[in-house]
Amino acid sequence: MKIKKKIGIIDLGSHNLFSIFQAVKNLKHYVKIINKSEQINKFDIIILPGVGTFGNAMKILNSLGMAKELKKFSKNSNKKIIGICLGMQLLLSEGTEFGKHKGLGIIEGSVIKLDKVKLNIGWKQLKINKDKSYNFLNKNLQKNYFYFVHSFYCSPKDKNIIKAKFEINDTLYCGMFIKDNIIGLQFHPEKSGKAGLIILKNILK
Amino acid sequence: MKKKKFIRIITRLDIKNGFLIKGINLEGLRVLGDPYNFSQEYYKDGIDEIFYVDNVATLYGTNNLSKFIKKTATNLFVPLAVGGGIKCIKDAHRAFEHGADKIAINSAAILNPKFINDLVKIFGSANVCVSIETIKYDDKYFISRSNGRDIEKLNPFEWAKKMQDFGAGEICLTSVNQEGLGRGFDLKLYEKVSNIISIPILAHGGCGKYEDVQKVVKNSNISGVVLSSMLHYQYLHYVKLKKITLGNTTYLENNFDPKRKKINHIRKLKEYLNANNILTR
Repeated sequence: MKIKKKIGIIDLGSHNLFSIFQAVKNLKHYVKIINKSEQINKFDIIILPGVGTFGNAMKILNSLGMAKELKKFSKNSNKKIIGICLGMQLLLSEGTEFGKHKGLGIIEGSVIKLDKVKLNIGWKQLKINKDKSYNFLNKNLQKNYFYFVHSFYCSPKDKNIIKAKFEINDTLYCGMFIKDNIIGLQFHPEKSGKAGLIILKNILK
Repeated sequence: MKKKKFIRIITRLDIKNGFLIKGINLEGLRVLGDPYNFSQEYYKDGIDEIFYVDNVATLYGTNNLSKFIKKTATNLFVPLAVGGGIKCIKDAHRAFEHGADKIAINSAAILNPKFINDLVKIFGSANVCVSIETIKYDDKYFISRSNGRDIEKLNPFEWAKKMQDFGAGEICLTSVNQEGLGRGFDLKLYEKVSNIISIPILAHGGCGKYEDVQKVVKNSNISGVVLSSMLHYQYLHYVKLKKITLGNTTYLENNFDPKRKKINHIRKLKEYLNANNILTR
């Protein structure tokens, strides 16, 4: 039987919560939008979405006291944090969008501007690094396309946590990392058709 | 070896009074059905993106799409772009809150080009698309606003460049002359514009067959094609019909045939393109 999880989506004041909320709801989980730090602990999984800029998003997380709560939450191995797009980038130690900014520092590494293009927008395939502990990361997944919209990318210090990469003009970038209970996705699973929902379903398990 | 081109297959749904409509040269509108049912069918068949346009928003000074956006976005897991009558930051906020992933601006940018810059600062380049509707007269291109109703003495190529400089993330370029006819894209238009700007260009207007897509992709540097008639007139037979009370319904009454066998035209188009060295999702 499927276990229903309690999933909280953090409201950073950005505008695209509707799609991710609907996608999680579609997978029959209990889902709620949260905007107070004291709510965080009530959930099994926290989704950190995000469209906007690194510095601005961190300012909001800090001012609401969420940054501190999220760091605490991340240390509980029964809980899970999923960062999507900018949300993924916020998990790292440092961002460089419009000046240097401190990130949540849950994952060691920095966020860097894409050098080959100004903006990566559109559908791309993933190059999967197979991992036995996550059986959805398989060859089949490589046939699918995923929707990307971003101009910065994550460069985690520990390259072993990178589970999937995407390519721009022959250069590979980190498209997904998983470190224990912390997951980051550069693409939008909620906008990537059925393939995106399959990934979302698997990481919400 | 030259790298294969990758393109997005997008469908544009023009909406008036809550119904999907379709015209020729953006005029002579026919009612085709419920946009929600159409978008669901397209999503299931593998469309890459959906583009909703409120056809009369600028003309009437209204912005009525919100409730349709919300309903559509509920079960749609590909990007949804929304245009028509977005004239201030508040309108844009409302579109995004209701589930739009991207907004398309035409008339408001013509009246105040800086508006694009303001939108980009708040929502980011990637989420702001400028829609340009070109009209050709005596071999000269002009642009139009209010969905083809008013002609402006602006050169669309200079305008596209200017919009790129103002931060637009994408240009959706319509050929009003070709629109709705199914005789193929205005190849020269897309060839010329793709030599001028570097942001993604979407080609809209005139696509009638699979070959038309292939031609425009081979001939210019576009990122996607926007299809309407070519899909809508096929799909109207498979899409669940909703009771229609407004507008010109004669076409539907005379042509609707629910017994027709379903064909996945989006998949077929993609297979055709892939066989011709054009990549799709």
